[in-house]
Amino acid sequence: MLSEKSIRVLYINLTDEKVRIEIRSDLYDYLGGVGVASKLLEENIKPGKPPLHEDQPIVFAIGALSSVMPVVTKTVAMFVSPVTGELGESYAGGRLAYTMFNAGFDAIVITGKAKRPSYISITNNRIDIKDARAFWGVDADKTGQYIRTIEGGSGKRSIIRIGPAGENLCAIANVNVDSFRHFGRMGLGAVFGSKKLKAIQVTGDRVELAKDFKKYFQVYNEIYKRVTETPIMAKYHDLGTPINVKVLNGIGALPTRNLQQTSFEHADSISGEAFAEKNLVRKIACVGCPVGCIHIGQVRREFDKGHEYECLNVSYDYELISTLGSYLGIASTDEVLELINAVEEYGLDAVATGVCLAWATEALEKGVVSKDDTIVELKFGDKESYLKAIHYMSHKENEFYDALSDGLACVTEKFGGFDFAVQVAKNEMPAYHTGYGSVVGYACGARHSHLCNGGYSYDQTIKEFDKKKTVDDLFEEEIKRCILNSLVICLFARNVYDRDTIIKALDAVGRPTSVEELDEIAKRIYASKLRVKEKLGFDLSSIKLPKRIFETPAMGKKLDEATVYEMIEMFKKKNQELLREIESSNIK
Amino acid sequence: MAKALVSSGMNKCIGCFTCQRVCAAVNHKSFTDNKSAIKVRSLGGLSGKFFATHCLACKDERACMEACPTGALAKRRGGGVILNRDLCIGCKKCEDACPVRAIHFTADEKYPIICKHCGACTRYCPHECLEMEERSDVE
Repeated sequence: MLSEKSIRVLYINLTDEKVRIEIRSDLYDYLGGVGVASKLLEENIKPGKPPLHEDQPIVFAIGALSSVMPVVTKTVAMFVSPVTGELGESYAGGRLAYTMFNAGFDAIVITGKAKRPSYISITNNRIDIKDARAFWGVDADKTGQYIRTIEGGSGKRSIIRIGPAGENLCAIANVNVDSFRHFGRMGLGAVFGSKKLKAIQVTGDRVELAKDFKKYFQVYNEIYKRVTETPIMAKYHDLGTPINVKVLNGIGALPTRNLQQTSFEHADSISGEAFAEKNLVRKIACVGCPVGCIHIGQVRREFDKGHEYECLNVSYDYELISTLGSYLGIASTDEVLELINAVEEYGLDAVATGVCLAWATEALEKGVVSKDDTIVELKFGDKESYLKAIHYMSHKENEFYDALSDGLACVTEKFGGFDFAVQVAKNEMPAYHTGYGSVVGYACGARHSHLCNGGYSYDQTIKEFDKKKTVDDLFEEEIKRCILNSLVICLFARNVYDRDTIIKALDAVGRPTSVEELDEIAKRIYASKLRVKEKLGFDLSSIKLPKRIFETPAMGKKLDEATVYEMIEMFKKKNQELLREIESSNIK
Repeated sequence: MAKALVSSGMNKCIGCFTCQRVCAAVNHKSFTDNKSAIKVRSLGGLSGKFFATHCLACKDERACMEACPTGALAKRRGGGVILNRDLCIGCKKCEDACPVRAIHFTADEKYPIICKHCGACTRYCPHECLEMEERSDVE
């Protein structure tokens, strides 16, 4: 913890049910969050073994400002991704960071495999591995209800859990965090499943006093004011991220029908405005965030004749509306919410599921796979068929769905159809087809996400494209975000937490630093991630992109294949230079 | 004019816990919020809303004060009580007595966490769920 100038790590081994705590002063130089987690991952991975081997670790970490400063709400999870086979990195909000802080653990490392379905209960003075046999097989929502019932008490807890997809080792399974947030991408749910780990509950009643209250609260106030009284974060509260549906459709960047198009004729029917008008019933927040960007949409569903209705409360965001909406040709808000609800219950990554189903639909159209494989007649715009397919995916119903639920890289290897499989470096592509920045950004980003280096946003802001400058800028952003993610702020607040603010905030909580030190730490963290990727056999030169990415215009222009590969090589060179710099310097 | 905290706008609550953060910081100089005198949680069964537990600033009869054996709790103008730490023995009878469970203890200290009605939480609530109400009638 801060007061000890060290990182307090809780190790849990599920195989022998042993727990230990280590005070790691050496990790202080990694700041926290993704820095500490990368290092712990590097120490604990078993490169020769498959991602779902019981010896592979799960690492969670929070940072020095977690739950102490406004909008520092996220927890990072790192693991070996069963989707890509290499570095797995995912972020979730909700209450996990807050409860880990209250319990007094900066990081948690979980290894081994429970002898029966289990969940872990973590508090500041007690760690228990408990029996979860009775609700193995139960959906993610109900699992939370069971644990709340068993554990009693109320309020300040976090429950993270998997649904059937994670139990069945679907590589694209997610982990649900406190009902409405997720470790969504890269398959942490399957890693949980492989350890027979159904859930983790965290709660704490520790008291930690501020060392210099005046200094702390002054900086807290400054940041709080910028968050609540300036326009920097307003859009996230108003329509929320779905404001992007119209924006991206307007510029020709909204992936539609498996990226055969980048504009959707029904975009207005699934826009942020449409959701706000028809479905939005409330907004809620992660603990510590006065913005409250979690938009809850309600949809009424008839379950029987005689006016028998049930009500689904579903959190929606831009990414999900695109991948379970426009990607699939779904044209109404109610239908999008029903599909989101299904992936929530089964515990699948909404982005990967939508993109996989879009591919499957086209693969069936093209005769790459047959109706015998898909069981249902998958058709763009047909919600009912997709609801069934989501069930088949999470239960690995047949050979086809078994492969599909492991992602596009897996299913195309067995069934073909790679050219129109919208994935980059084995990760299903996020919902932005904006240009060179986005594609090269996905490819070269450490976790192949649009959030690694913000290429999708870069494309929308530059006036003129220059390949060298684009690579340089993406590379710089990738490294810069290592600091944001070591804190671990919500990236929606990235324009609030500029360098000066970060330095001031860290100083105010007793962790003085400088621009130079932060730069060193950022490089150290990024190098650590690159080393993990290398150990797990990843090489940027091995990336093969599907033709579809080049066939379909991004913001009105087709991308040149050779240029993209050239840029990836340029990025790789910069990575190598950085690794050499780190090795030869004393920034270890 | 004496004022007291009321949570009149909880329908608008987003569950950000900023009130807890600020209460624990301002009143106890704490990084963690376990010393907050206001506690928000989701409650309400079928209607599922956020609910804030805090001192309701009882006017005439104050159960916590009645239960206190040492006279450590005195009447506060505007309702509620004021804690005199010098007289408190940490017996926790006030905690048991409070009819809405607004008083609690943390493991590190013998004194109860009792709302002072300072109003800090209301100033930071981003959705105006909390406000200070004038209580001129209460001695």
